[in-house]
Amino acid sequence: MDLQLLFEAIVSGVLLGCFYAAVSLGLSIAFGLLDVPHIAHPAFLVLGAFGAYVLGGYGLDPLVAGLLLMPVFFVFGLGVYQFYYATFERRGTDTGLRGLAFFFGVAFIVEVGLILAFGVDQRMVEAPYIGQSLEIGEMRLPYRMLVAFGMAVVLMVVLSTYLARTFTGRAIKAVAQDEGALRLMGVDPVRVKRIAFGIATAVTAVTGALLIIVGPVEPGLGRIYIGRTFCVVVLAGLGSVPGTIVAGLILGIAESIVLSTAGAAWAPAVSFGILLMVLAVRPAGLFGR
Amino acid sequence: MSSQGRPKVEHPNAKREGGPMSAPLLEVQGVSKHFGGFAALTEVSVAIRPGERFGLIGPNGSGKTTLINCISGAFLNDAGAIRFDGQDISRLPAYRRTRLGIARSFQLPRPFSSMSVLENLIVPLEYVVHRGSLHTADTHGEAMEILTRIGLADKAQTRSGQLTQVDLRKLELARAMAARPRLLISDEAMAGLSGSEVDEILDILFKLNESGITIIMIEHIMHAVMRFSERVVCLDAGRKIADGDPQDVIATPEVRKAYLGE
Amino acid sequence: MDAGTRRFIVGAIVFLALIYGLTRVVSNEYVFFAAYVVLQFIVLATAWNILGGYAGYVNFGSGAFFAVGAYTGVALFKAFEAPILVQVVAGATMSGLLGLAVGALSLRLRGIFFSIATVAVAIVIETAVVNTPYLGGAKGLPILRPAAPALFHSYLEWVFFLMAILAVIAVFCARYVETSWIGRGLRAIRDNEGAAECSGVPTLKLKLFAATLSGALMGAAGAPFAQYLSFIEPTSVFNLNYAVSALAMPIIGGMSHWMGPVIGAVLLGTVQQLVTVTISSELNVLVVGVLLVVFVVGAPDGILGLVRKLRRPRTPAASVGAKA
Repeated sequence: MDLQLLFEAIVSGVLLGCFYAAVSLGLSIAFGLLDVPHIAHPAFLVLGAFGAYVLGGYGLDPLVAGLLLMPVFFVFGLGVYQFYYATFERRGTDTGLRGLAFFFGVAFIVEVGLILAFGVDQRMVEAPYIGQSLEIGEMRLPYRMLVAFGMAVVLMVVLSTYLARTFTGRAIKAVAQDEGALRLMGVDPVRVKRIAFGIATAVTAVTGALLIIVGPVEPGLGRIYIGRTFCVVVLAGLGSVPGTIVAGLILGIAESIVLSTAGAAWAPAVSFGILLMVLAVRPAGLFGR
Repeated sequence: MSSQGRPKVEHPNAKREGGPMSAPLLEVQGVSKHFGGFAALTEVSVAIRPGERFGLIGPNGSGKTTLINCISGAFLNDAGAIRFDGQDISRLPAYRRTRLGIARSFQLPRPFSSMSVLENLIVPLEYVVHRGSLHTADTHGEAMEILTRIGLADKAQTRSGQLTQVDLRKLELARAMAARPRLLISDEAMAGLSGSEVDEILDILFKLNESGITIIMIEHIMHAVMRFSERVVCLDAGRKIADGDPQDVIATPEVRKAYLGE
Repeated sequence: MDAGTRRFIVGAIVFLALIYGLTRVVSNEYVFFAAYVVLQFIVLATAWNILGGYAGYVNFGSGAFFAVGAYTGVALFKAFEAPILVQVVAGATMSGLLGLAVGALSLRLRGIFFSIATVAVAIVIETAVVNTPYLGGAKGLPILRPAAPALFHSYLEWVFFLMAILAVIAVFCARYVETSWIGRGLRAIRDNEGAAECSGVPTLKLKLFAATLSGALMGAAGAPFAQYLSFIEPTSVFNLNYAVSALAMPIIGGMSHWMGPVIGAVLLGTVQQLVTVTISSELNVLVVGVLLVVFVVGAPDGILGLVRKLRRPRTPAASVGAKA
């Protein structure tokens, strides 16, 4: 592989990596901070993508569609967490196996529901920035990747500022560390977690829109993203936003290099391979507690 | 490191110095344990005689639980040696140590919550005591016997997940007993219990000791440790700061400092 | 041998005799084609339950174990025209080895981390198969069914009968594990691994054993797959449906007893076949997902748990009144 190709692979890997970090943000909150075994996160992403697709049919820009869907997803997330809490966490017994099975089932229902509604074919959206590329010398950077990159950066800045600066944000971070302390301060930890899960789900609406901006989406796409999102979140060390960016970049660059050397067919295995290695060697991740 | 009265075991010959009684049953020699950069234990040495009632004290985070995790095999020590009955066990997995005769109870009770109280005891009976002779063994009878001794017989068929705190502590001890240990490590079996409940557990431990079982008691409830132990070791910040007669140990300035602060 | 085991063996022989009788009497091939799937699910669900239900380690990658069995069979058939029994044994061995490897992961990974790792293993293996031209790659590979052996009208009948034997073997293994000291050890691991180890249970050995047995049975279930369909392709073998069904069936039937997965497989397998025929194959998959969620939420102990609950309050009159 010559240097020019390697350089190009790294540049597109960085763009891809920021995108991966963005689609993992919701999981980073739900699983990393709240300890919810949210296997359905990638399915929610695909749901968000199809939301943008449907609204796109009315001539809406996919990004605008994603932003419009955020409140809907927020409420949806509140509901899902409330249900999860009432049926599993509050009962306390054996949440592990059944909680996992629950989210696995939910993911499955979302996937099949989408198949029933839209069929198994790939869907895509139209926008002025899709299909065009920015050319710098010999390098071509697709605008759709640049848009996704920009949106990813904005999202991460907003989210980490929110978590660091606002009262609720700090409470969300605290609920991961010490529920008892929150309770002493008169804050209801369940409420905090519900809001956090709502935010995590709302973020999936926008990042789901990014998903369909970056490439065509089919209902089964969630499966691959189980690997990518969990790879990023585990590699990052649970619940760390800066870690999520670094981990996303690592995955993005690794995938991009494999893509340009071994070919597209091997790309899906990259994230799972990294995930397996991290799990086997350092389950706490790069920035683990 | 200070020695209080009794000689400490620091080198292999020390076995003979252990007193006229016999060689130590458990010998912890220069054991260290690190977690990342944090030194949880630094060169801790302790020798425990057969039949001894031994108390392990120290403030929170002093390394008591780490030490017994190293002894029972939940962690592997980084340096030093742990010998049980003369055999080096420091590399053995926990279940092998249980089979050799080291049993423990857990600070936060860990029942097999889907099983009945009786079945909780059958696990060690099957995996430790009657391995290889399962068809001939009367594991149920034996489990009932232990439950009767410990005062849980009427709850034998209760699902262990539904027990009260005292009963959970008793179950911890009963399950440890079912492994027919020679050394029993009781990890804060009394924390959070009422006065009469503490007495009840103490009573059980005294009886077990009378039947010949060596006992290590880790406890925050001072009067219980003082009443129970023949000898006490105090840990602070991962080091042994005192070892000897209970009254002497708590009179040591280092121990007072560790407990009361500067 | 205790009375229960004797009864079980007699039942198994009667069952197999009935199945064989079916192949003599029924001439409609579709019956075997559909019933094969149900039997195959009995093996898969039972195998999943050994690791998932008893030991509490949730495997999301059942499809991969099934596929390893299937592709091992295909490779042997393509290379040496190996007879199907050899394929089954080899498929079980390879999947058993994969199970051993996955079991080794359980040394460090618990809960969701273990489950995610099984998804990862599944995708890595799927990618490898898709990129192996010898095994047909993504396009798949047609397989010529051999001629029908003696005692059977068609090869499909024989494969169907073989799957019935595998189902009996799987259930026998699960029942043995469950009722022996091994099962108690696995349950101790599920309830509290640390306490199990301190009670003398060699947790790693038991987990490796459970994962290997579970994997081997799944591989055995997959091995005849290509002969059954006369075709193999990654999308049908690595189908998410296997992964979901393998865990949904024990959860729906009840995980604490070997009957649970069998009940779940028969019920769900039959419903799936009916829905596939009458409505659509997507909908049948949806049915599994919805039932899984409904049971996990509403009846965590499955159908067996519901039955037990219904039976128990029969003596105290009050609760019967409440039900009626």
